[in-house]
Amino acid sequence: MNWFTRLLPSISTDGASKKAVPEGLWDKCPACSAVLYRVELERNQEVCPKCDHHMRIRARKRLENLFDEGTLVELSENLEPVDELKFKDTKKYKDRITAAQKSTGEKDALITVEGKINEFPLVVAAFDFRFMGGSMGAVVGEKFVRAVNHCLDNDLPFVCFSASGGARMQEALFSLMQMAKTSAALGKMRRRGLPFVSVMTDPTMGGVSASFATLGDVNIAEPNALIGFAGPRVIEQTVREKLPEGFQRSEFLLEHGAIDMIVPRLEMGDRLVNILSMLMNKRA
Amino acid sequence: MNPNFLDFEQPIAELEAKIEELRYVGNDTELNLSEEISTLQGKSKSLTESIFKNLSPWQISQLARHPMRPYTLDYIKLIFTDFEELHGDRAYADDAPIVGGLARLNGNPVMIIGQQKGRDTKEKVRRNFGMPRPEGYRKALRLMKMAERFKLPIMTFIDTPGAYPGVGAEERGQSEAIARNLIEMAELKVPIICTVIGEGGSGGALAIGVGDRVNLLQYSTYSVISPEGCASILWKSADKASDAAEAMGITSGRLKELGLIDQIIDEPIGGAHRDHEAMAKKLKQSLLETLEHLLEMPTDRLLDSRYERLIKFGNYIET
Repeated sequence: MNWFTRLLPSISTDGASKKAVPEGLWDKCPACSAVLYRVELERNQEVCPKCDHHMRIRARKRLENLFDEGTLVELSENLEPVDELKFKDTKKYKDRITAAQKSTGEKDALITVEGKINEFPLVVAAFDFRFMGGSMGAVVGEKFVRAVNHCLDNDLPFVCFSASGGARMQEALFSLMQMAKTSAALGKMRRRGLPFVSVMTDPTMGGVSASFATLGDVNIAEPNALIGFAGPRVIEQTVREKLPEGFQRSEFLLEHGAIDMIVPRLEMGDRLVNILSMLMNKRA
Repeated sequence: MNPNFLDFEQPIAELEAKIEELRYVGNDTELNLSEEISTLQGKSKSLTESIFKNLSPWQISQLARHPMRPYTLDYIKLIFTDFEELHGDRAYADDAPIVGGLARLNGNPVMIIGQQKGRDTKEKVRRNFGMPRPEGYRKALRLMKMAERFKLPIMTFIDTPGAYPGVGAEERGQSEAIARNLIEMAELKVPIICTVIGEGGSGGALAIGVGDRVNLLQYSTYSVISPEGCASILWKSADKASDAAEAMGITSGRLKELGLIDQIIDEPIGGAHRDHEAMAKKLKQSLLETLEHLLEMPTDRLLDSRYERLIKFGNYIET
């Protein structure tokens, strides 16, 4: 044993000593690997203060950050999914629902609320990606349509923050039909002259991007979000070539004319109100 | 093994080959084999019936993709007259996996939109294996809007594995092209009859599948993702496609039970691919009846009931 191997145990950090740091106090930015203080990260709405990377944020947190304090009222909060098909893959769908509800504290992947941002009244829907990948099933579709109806009844504009892998396979064709259902509902907004703004966040894919998420009067994306119809892996397997750098990211979509703008999370509320108030033909 | 028969159809193929052989011999000699042939034909028919009585959802999804199955252009030829194909989206290209144009059904002009697969290798490639790109969906919308302007009913024929997952398709807005069709089709002021004639593959199918009636040929399928795709995501193995096909309920019978489609159009014994004419005749009959019914409805009621039809899809618990 030389001097080095003798010294090694005293300087090596094993799992046990790592645990000495209280859990959840620090986070690591997945983009720049900066070690970030949890409280500060939360204050910054899950945007890395070092590199500006927008991390995924839970729906309820996003809404709380966005709305004027005390104005938020949840809509159709009593809807829960049912396993119509008795779907079972490696697990039962029923069990997946229960597990997702337990881990997220939500009943399904979409939360819809009414409230005020900078005193401007509006209805907002937000996806929680943690709930089965933000997948769209019957509850998501129904809540979306009810939010639209609430806008129609009260002459309010509508904003939807998407974060979804697409349609929920466990609800099979029912989930595909939610694409048509939600899009048809937006047709009613259009006819009434009420604006719909779609905000695409990381990720917005498949059946969600191929329905309401790309149907905004104004389409907005958060920086560097993955947005597209087919997943990058599926495309890679089909075309058998490496995908270009930045493919299907917000900046790529802006360049190709698919979205109107990229808005950082911390500016989102102000920008939404600015846009919506002009579309609603209100004087400043 | 006959490549024009699926593996569970092989016993039928063998019997058919034997009949063909006897016919050939019969033509050449003095022997009268007609009795023998007709016995074998009867046997072939009952064999087909027994095989087709107990098909699994996975076998049905093979039938929906059968290489001999009639495609949109086959039905156009067999059902309609005076077809004038219209090309292009006026912005980028003409996408061959979607065909469309004006035609007459029993003398009455209609607009036809359909997905088209190729029969031989060259044609398969030209038709992109039936997988449309954004310009295909935009061509479809252009034609549907034209139909609305000239008050022509729209008939769509769905037969696609899905919208094309390619780099260019993404760059040109595959998602938006599909979404746009969904919102517009829900509001078009003319009757829309959609028929799934083969594979109803996900958003790529739905993009020409919003209408007043959605009907399926008996051995067609309609699903949110292909059985292989579902299996590789949920089971982590594409080999579980038959389990996925079962679980998703992609067959006409199951979808009818679930209230997701309006009507099943029965196929001839052994499937549409064994008798194109008989299938076309049945499909034509169904289109005529459905259209007659829809034409009786005033436009506002037509649109209201189209909306209601979409809004009722999907169950949930309200606590």
